[in-house]
Amino acid sequence: MRSTIPRGPRMTLAPGKKKEKLDRLAELSAVRDDEQGVSLWREAMRRLRRNPSAIVGAAILVIFVLVAVVGPFLVPFDPVDQSGIREGVIKPGSIPGSSAEHWLGYDHQGRDEFSRLIVGARQTLIVGIVSTLIGLTIGVTIGGIAGAAAGLGGRWGRLIDSVLMRIVDMLLSLPSLLLAVSVAALLGPSLTTVMIAVGVVSVPIFARLLRGSMIAQANRDYVLAASSLGVRKSRIAISHIVPNSLAPVIVQATLTLATAIIEVAALSFLGLGNPDSTQPEWGLMLADAQVYLDVRPGLAIYPALGIIITALGFTLLGEAMREALDPKLRR
Amino acid sequence: MALLDVKDLSVTFARRGQRTVHAVDGVSFSVDAGEVVGLVGESGCGKSVTSLALMGLLPRQRGVSVGGSAIFDGTDLLQLDQRSMRDVRGRDVAMIFQDPLSSLNPVIPIGLQVTEVLVRHRDMGREAARKEAVALLDRVGIPDPQRRLKEYPHQLSGGMRQRALIAMAVACQPRLLIADEPTTALDVTIQAQILELLKELVRDSDTALIMITHDLGVVAGMCDTINVLYAGRVVETARRKELFAGRRHPYTVGLLRSIPRLDAGRGEKLTPIRGSVRDVLPWTEGCAFAPRCDFRVDACLGEPPAMTPTHTGHEYRCVNPVPLSQPEEARA
Repeated sequence: MRSTIPRGPRMTLAPGKKKEKLDRLAELSAVRDDEQGVSLWREAMRRLRRNPSAIVGAAILVIFVLVAVVGPFLVPFDPVDQSGIREGVIKPGSIPGSSAEHWLGYDHQGRDEFSRLIVGARQTLIVGIVSTLIGLTIGVTIGGIAGAAAGLGGRWGRLIDSVLMRIVDMLLSLPSLLLAVSVAALLGPSLTTVMIAVGVVSVPIFARLLRGSMIAQANRDYVLAASSLGVRKSRIAISHIVPNSLAPVIVQATLTLATAIIEVAALSFLGLGNPDSTQPEWGLMLADAQVYLDVRPGLAIYPALGIIITALGFTLLGEAMREALDPKLRR
Repeated sequence: MALLDVKDLSVTFARRGQRTVHAVDGVSFSVDAGEVVGLVGESGCGKSVTSLALMGLLPRQRGVSVGGSAIFDGTDLLQLDQRSMRDVRGRDVAMIFQDPLSSLNPVIPIGLQVTEVLVRHRDMGREAARKEAVALLDRVGIPDPQRRLKEYPHQLSGGMRQRALIAMAVACQPRLLIADEPTTALDVTIQAQILELLKELVRDSDTALIMITHDLGVVAGMCDTINVLYAGRVVETARRKELFAGRRHPYTVGLLRSIPRLDAGRGEKLTPIRGSVRDVLPWTEGCAFAPRCDFRVDACLGEPPAMTPTHTGHEYRCVNPVPLSQPEEARA
């Protein structure tokens, strides 16, 4: 940065008019920095890249997504083909383990376990992402309206905020899995139900988070400064307050992905998932495997490991993002 | 007819179970086009509340009440509804805040924040607004404005940020500018630049400027008229020269004495005003400054002192003013 200070005639304070002097000072006091605009996000990305746990988390997720996207085209066997039964290798009380051909052996219905694990990743990923998006969308909408109303809306705004937040509180007071089970039971077991159920559970978290952070932002000086320039409230809310309030929500979304995957697995495990039980899904595989724990514990261990590692990846990345975006932790 | 005529402005904050606070208690002053008027006083004397009241930016909730009138070009700013006030703000009256870093939105580039005002009040398209923003940044002395537009507040130096804020405030050529301690957060060299810039803007565009500050040094170089506030009331008002040459109110004298001076002898101590702004008497029980005043007499208590006019327009609110003959540090 030393060398980028413009080299004009040598700075001397004695001669020259006052105005020129001041301009010169202004020029010198400017931060000379050849980077283009460094936004909060870019700055956070830079910090993320230096954080080992973020790297590990991101690596896990990249592998997971690759497996989910590309894996199903590369699997050695059809995951729904019950070849083990057809060929008579599955007998009561004995399920063959790993072999050169079937790397993780067969499952209880004679299907290739490895192929099912890979294909199962896809459904887990889709359900996890979609349900988080459902929760995020509804939660951010409610939280955004409540936050804007409470922060800028005066007396009526506070009323709107109260009503919305009491509804959210009601959702929050229900145990999440129970809520998911009730939604699933109400709509009948299907993949969509699982996604809605898991999504609804995360609505209150997003709503509360965004609202709280918006109310905090509404009292900041730059909001006052913007209103002193006559900027409309709607614009202040959308283009000033929301961008400043999103960081915790994004972090929470990453963390929610981890919980969503676990909850989806839990719902499948409870039999409220995809009614087509031939389609591989990690939670369902886990549920099926419990009967065969004494015969072939591997059948439970593989999908469980998948769930755990993926959830860990999302959590590591989420926590690292929280650190990177937290203004208090910035030097 | 003055551009802005503030009459009897009062702001009270009432909270259940607590004594009502009279933050501003009958303040009157007027500002002409092209004039620089100073509101001077310690923290808590009501300067900032006055400015927020004029801008209509005080929180609109129960317990906050604003009285009096502020006639700006024929309309009473205090009577305008929120919608019309929003149209006035930024277009006719604009404000510059104390802390430029926190007054700028950290996640939005400077350019967007400047163009926002132009789009709002001058119906400009995006491209026209961007061009105008470049011109504005250039006008307030920000070098390389094209590039600065894309930068974020934390990338600018303190002085640059205040310049950017000033650019936003003057974007629509307002007729009245309120600067609330515009240089407090800046170091001394930058202070001088910013004051110079403000002076220039006022001179070039005939804008009226209300300077709010606790620093009589700032006021000395800039203001045409100075109002000294204490505990929500104006205690002394005069043209700049008269005030510095013939200040009468003990509080003004105290403020002047507590400014460090270059020509003071080495080791000479500053003379602070005794006590703090918390040691006030309610105006209803006498002079609010009496508990801290060196010139206190019995007449100070009991009845609130009225403004004493002089033939020059210099007025002070004191029953026992500092005698003119006393050779205090008089400088303008």
